Amino acid sequence: MALTDELKTLNNAFSGLGVDEKSLISILGNSHPEERKCFRKGTPHLFKEDERLFERWNDDRVRLLKHEFMRFKNAVVLWAMHPWERDARLVKEALKKGPEVYGVIVEIACTRSSEELLGARKAYHSLFDHSIEEDVAYHIDGPEKKLLVALVSAYRYEGAKVKDDTAKSEAQTLSHAIKNADKTNPIEDDEVIRILSTRSKAHLREVYKHYKEISGQNIDEDLDVALRLKETVQCLCTPQTYFSKVLELALRNDVDKNTKKGLTRVIVTRADTDMKEIKEDYENQYGVSLSNKIEETANGNYKDFLLTLVART
Amino acid sequence: MASLITPDQFSANQDAEALRKACQGWGTNEKVIISILSHRSATQRKEIRVAYEQLYQEDLLKRLESELSGDFERAVYRWTLDPADRDAVLANLAIKKPDETDYNVIIEISSVRCPEELLAVRKAYQLRYRCSLEEDLAQHTAGDIRKLLVALVTAYRYDGNEINEKLASSEANILHDAIKEKCFNHEEIIRILSTRSKTQLMATFNKYRDDHGSSISKNLLGDGTSNFQKALHVAIRCLNDPKKYFEKVLRNAIIGTGTDENALTRVIVTRAERDLRDIMVVYYKKNSVPLEQAVAQETSGDYKTFLLTLLGKN
Repeated sequence: MALTDELKTLNNAFSGLGVDEKSLISILGNSHPEERKCFRKGTPHLFKEDERLFERWNDDRVRLLKHEFMRFKNAVVLWAMHPWERDARLVKEALKKGPEVYGVIVEIACTRSSEELLGARKAYHSLFDHSIEEDVAYHIDGPEKKLLVALVSAYRYEGAKVKDDTAKSEAQTLSHAIKNADKTNPIEDDEVIRILSTRSKAHLREVYKHYKEISGQNIDEDLDVALRLKETVQCLCTPQTYFSKVLELALRNDVDKNTKKGLTRVIVTRADTDMKEIKEDYENQYGVSLSNKIEETANGNYKDFLLTLVART
Repeated sequence: MASLITPDQFSANQDAEALRKACQGWGTNEKVIISILSHRSATQRKEIRVAYEQLYQEDLLKRLESELSGDFERAVYRWTLDPADRDAVLANLAIKKPDETDYNVIIEISSVRCPEELLAVRKAYQLRYRCSLEEDLAQHTAGDIRKLLVALVTAYRYDGNEINEKLASSEANILHDAIKEKCFNHEEIIRILSTRSKTQLMATFNKYRDDHGSSISKNLLGDGTSNFQKALHVAIRCLNDPKKYFEKVLRNAIIGTGTDENALTRVIVTRAERDLRDIMVVYYKKNSVPLEQAVAQETSGDYKTFLLTLLGKN
């Protein structure tokens, strides 16, 4: 094990998403105590020299490692779950974690079909003895509250029928609200909420078309400062772009643990629906195939599991 | 208890044939129509419609629409519809009412129906009008009324029996403070009324009464006459005691000059299979006159006969 190659492999086994179980078994499992001491001395980010002369595990890293070992288990459990239970649990978790992850609530409310969202609401009753809207209204406090309650309560029409005049005037309304963002935060604007939370997705696509004609930009580009609104608008009409962005962020090196969880969440929840389109969008936007990027960044069983899910389409 | 009386033996085909005969030739035999339809449950009426369509390649409802007229026609048409479809039609009429949305109807439908029924209404609305109920409602209302109505209509309340006493206490206080201040912290009132389960709300209303001496609906109607306050009042009454609420609607529809046939039809037709008999008991207690008698005095002709039959008269 004095060979730097094996040291490197072990290092890699512990870095990235998930852990490389096979290498850990074959290298660490077969190691003598002296070799393990070399390993500990050779990985200063994992072990620190203690004053009483032994190499001690870095507590923070052990905590992080726990998460990495659990990634595979979490992915499997999430994958086996009924989609309704999955979505209900994801919303509950987001509510508990706080405002930084409310984007997940937007994601679920806006990318699921009307029946899927309804199912999630039913499952939520069973799991948590409350309704989704009850908990969202109670636990969220900031300006995004009204929008989020409205989004999770929606039961959108899913047909193709669109009222063109209304779409035009609603595009105007949105444009106006965005221009006046310094007077009223558009996320609290009643008309913005009405349009985004009650109209059908087909209708909204028309609205976006008209918006582009009016303002020259795509509506999500104009919403760069209002993150939740931007997410709402993307999730409603171009979910694949939204999802591939979440994946790209999750696969970066130095991101926080919530962002990393996006990888499991998106792949598990979309593998049966629009994974093919997400893969295409990802490759177009970021120049590398999703599978290759996962191969680079993830390890072990977790990696194999994700690649299997991604390769299904 | 329902006031509807249905027979033990039932044949959808026979009924369909009898209805066909009643509509053929010159004139219509309204007595037959009343005697059949007002003695059939929702499931039976549905089977009759299916049988009629199979036998005569025609929608029974369209036939009735063309053969009958006036209040009688409206009553029979709404009665014959599936309950969820009926509510969707009533909601649409209420939303599109010229001048102003009839928010009472919307509040009734969203607060009195149980969560699964409300979902069925939303589905029926989409099927019939090819857009969502909340979409139309939001477009035709504004301000606080819109927030309240859309919240009520999109709710999918938890339907369990758990009560959180602490929450009931704190939310009763929130409601009390909001009403007392008369500045109406609308967001919180709307949140509580439109998201909590019915059981939890009952506990909250009870706590309100225990802590503050009078029931919450009494405190609401102060000197406020804004539509929002009136709507809140209706919502709370519907959530708290629907039978008393419906008795009041009937009383208002009947008493005074003229009769509000729309309201009369609506209550009788939508509650005949549910709790109309109980409402009739409340009505008698409050007015010392049985509802059948009041209806008989205020209405006439086939419309009267139809309503009385639904009320349980033979």
